[in-house]
Amino acid sequence: MIIAILGATRGMGRALARAAAARGDQLILLGRELDELQRSAADLTVRAAGAPAVASISCDLATPAGFGPALDAAWAVHGRVDAVVVTAGLFGTQDALEADLELAARLLTINLTHTVIFCEEARRRLIAQGGGRLCVFSSVAGDRGRKPVGIYGASKAGLSHYLESLDHKYRADGLITLTVKPGFVKTGMTAGLKPPPFAGEPDGVARDVLRALDAGRPVLYTPAMWGLVMAVIRRLPRFIMRRVGF
Amino acid sequence: MSPAPAPAPAAAPLGPPLQTLAGWGRVGRPGRERLSEDLAAIAPRAALSRGLGRSYGDSSLPASTADLALNTVLADRLLAFDETSGKVRAEAGFTMRELYRVFLPRGWFAPVTPGTSFVTLGGMVASDVHGKNHHSDGTFGRHVTGLRLMVPDGRVIDCSPQTEPELFWATIGGMGLTGHILEVEFTLKRVPSPWIYQYSERVPDIDTFMRRLEEVGHDWPMSMGWIDCISRGASMGRGHLMAGRWAAPSEAPARFPRQLPRLRLPFELPDLALSPLSVRLFNFAYYWKHLRRQAQGIVHPEVFFYPLDAILDWNKGYGKRGFTQYQVVLPKADAARSAKAFLELLTREGGASFLCVIKDCADEGQGLLSFPLPGISVALDIKITDQTQRLVDRLNQFVISAGGRIYLTKDLFTRPEDYRAMDPRVDHFLAVRRKWDPDLRLRSAQSVRLFGDPPPAA
Ligand SMILES: Cc1cc2nc3c(=O)[nH]c(=O)nc-3n(C[C@H](O)[C@H](O)[C@H](O)COP(=O)(O)OP(=O)(O)OC[C@H]3O[C@@H](n4cnc5c(N)ncnc54)[C@H](O)[C@@H]3O)c2cc1C
Ligand SMILES: NC(=O)c1ccc[n+]([C@@H]2O[C@H](COP(=O)([O-])OP(=O)(O)OC[C@H]3O[C@@H](n4cnc5c(N)ncnc54)[C@H](OP(=O)(O)O)[C@@H]3O)[C@@H](O)[C@H]2O)c1
Repeated sequence: MIIAILGATRGMGRALARAAAARGDQLILLGRELDELQRSAADLTVRAAGAPAVASISCDLATPAGFGPALDAAWAVHGRVDAVVVTAGLFGTQDALEADLELAARLLTINLTHTVIFCEEARRRLIAQGGGRLCVFSSVAGDRGRKPVGIYGASKAGLSHYLESLDHKYRADGLITLTVKPGFVKTGMTAGLKPPPFAGEPDGVARDVLRALDAGRPVLYTPAMWGLVMAVIRRLPRFIMRRVGF
Repeated sequence: MSPAPAPAPAAAPLGPPLQTLAGWGRVGRPGRERLSEDLAAIAPRAALSRGLGRSYGDSSLPASTADLALNTVLADRLLAFDETSGKVRAEAGFTMRELYRVFLPRGWFAPVTPGTSFVTLGGMVASDVHGKNHHSDGTFGRHVTGLRLMVPDGRVIDCSPQTEPELFWATIGGMGLTGHILEVEFTLKRVPSPWIYQYSERVPDIDTFMRRLEEVGHDWPMSMGWIDCISRGASMGRGHLMAGRWAAPSEAPARFPRQLPRLRLPFELPDLALSPLSVRLFNFAYYWKHLRRQAQGIVHPEVFFYPLDAILDWNKGYGKRGFTQYQVVLPKADAARSAKAFLELLTREGGASFLCVIKDCADEGQGLLSFPLPGISVALDIKITDQTQRLVDRLNQFVISAGGRIYLTKDLFTRPEDYRAMDPRVDHFLAVRRKWDPDLRLRSAQSVRLFGDPPPAA
């Protein structure tokens, strides 16, 4: 599979790119710093002995004008792209975001508005070539309005909503959309936070995502336990949600 | 089911929240730690770097709650590999575990590995680690061809045995005090197969042990021994000698060694588990496990190199107060006599230990503070009690008189004056460190305890 991935320099994106390269997928890395992309590309080629070169293309989620050209460049590498993956995103604690509304605005813009626009650019190209997969990292934080993740969760709720609609609307045209909803996963993004029970590791997430991508599933909770956890949380009455701290 | 926890409360504005940080001996202290893929972005604010925390004592711990420790484990990218020369370059958080997984199937292995695979390259350089092949290949530092370092003033410097050699050799074995290691370049070794051909024998006493280690070292590139440090009298220092070499393809299985199952100790063992009696029983049983006097054959490389890695968290076995490791090297000239005297002292002082490892060392490394010197190294785990400080003091007095030294990466109890008495090289090291860090911005709990760094403001 030829996979273009935005966000492979760190965290779950790094783990996913490694897992994909290890099984022989061809990778194209998109991200904001070319130097970092090239270092990640080197890592992937050294790890997967004899693997084909990994391409690096500049693309910053902060600048939507660059999305189209970056995707064109990605398509130019092998003439087609089988899957576009987006793991890039920002996180801020509710306290930090409430205290700094500029930061809140930036997070909402990057995680929602610009990610949606990026997906629109990818969708057009995938459908134009006759189909393909779009895999985007949202979050369990988007499943329910909760005290500690109000603003971040809103960006992910909007994103999940959009991704579900894409799946309904375009699956018949060959676009298979996968919404990944990680629970708490130990990456640099969550490094300052105390891991709750069922915290996941990036390598486990990567395995789950590749399996779901191959199977054409529309939604993935990972680690799997979070599917159950969220099924309960989605059903809790509001008067309980108002009282509890999560 | 318990309700779903969400990403927890905000980190303190000062940075990461206060938590308990500990080395492998599990003696914790409060500290702040930051993990990041981008070492160069955090290093300017950090007082020291740390990897997987497999050093036993306080060398990877911040000196104060105001000091930030940069944890390197997310910085784990391989940056270059040359299939012909074996030269490899990687970020400091790349682990021995990954090296084994990525390179051994391709016929390459680390030139030197410590007895656990859960170590980072940064830690291997900062402790200048040695392995079972010390008598043939020296320490890890001998195989390092270049380091990228962020020195305390924030500059990034590439050093090597040719460029900035003084900084380079101060960093090899320098316990992270000369700068944050960002990248390490070193040379892998070609191996004929991924399997080990092992020879082992039961050894009746310490004199035989010393002789056999020396003899075996001529024929085998790797060797070490386990000694029962409970028995006294004629059988004092009895144990097993193990030697090994990489197996030839013709004698090894054709398949790659399967990943061994890994167990976890789910909780701390009660203090009773490591009572003097159980240690005695263990040592007795382990000695007689080797029923035949000699044995040889193919063994799994993980069993050979990393027997303890089979149980993750085995350090919880030492209970609440944790443990320390005492590792010493005694000079060759008088090694036979002093090893014996050391064991006598140890058994007399009641330093009962589950695990006592003996290894002959060859040349002293070039690192200004590298641990090994030609002679014999003895390492033992000591469960911490009220007597531990006294025991370490007594052992240290002996080591000073014997002209030996302790291994900093294991130490938690040595007093500064004793350290100075056993390792006069420290003055040269500290002078080089001052050149690069006049204000001593980099420091650890250990450097404050042992090197006389000014104690942090409370
Ligand atoms: C079961 C077991 C067996 C062992 N066997 C051996 C053995 O056979 N031979 C041997 O030599 N050692 C052995 N050790 C000790 C171990 O190899 C060293 O303590 C090693 O340094 C641990 O690496 P780490 O990544 O965990 O480093 P840490 O414990 O996290 O740090 C150790 C030191 O390295 C410094 N450091 C780490 N990363 C950096 C960086 N990026 N930049 C600057 N400084 C850094 C720290 O500041 C600290 O001073 C063993 C340890 C265990 C637990
Ligand atoms: N970790 C969790 O517990 C968790 C839980 C639920 C959902 N998620 C979501 O899962 C995804 C991945 O999380 P993670 O923990 O792997 O995060 P991470 O470790 O912080 O990695 C984030 C990645 O996004 C990239 N990125 C950030 N801003 C960008 C921008 N403006 N343009 C381009 N790329 C940008 C980063 O690239 P640089 O190297 O350039 O910084 C990095 O590669 C995110 O969408 C996150 O919201 C995470």
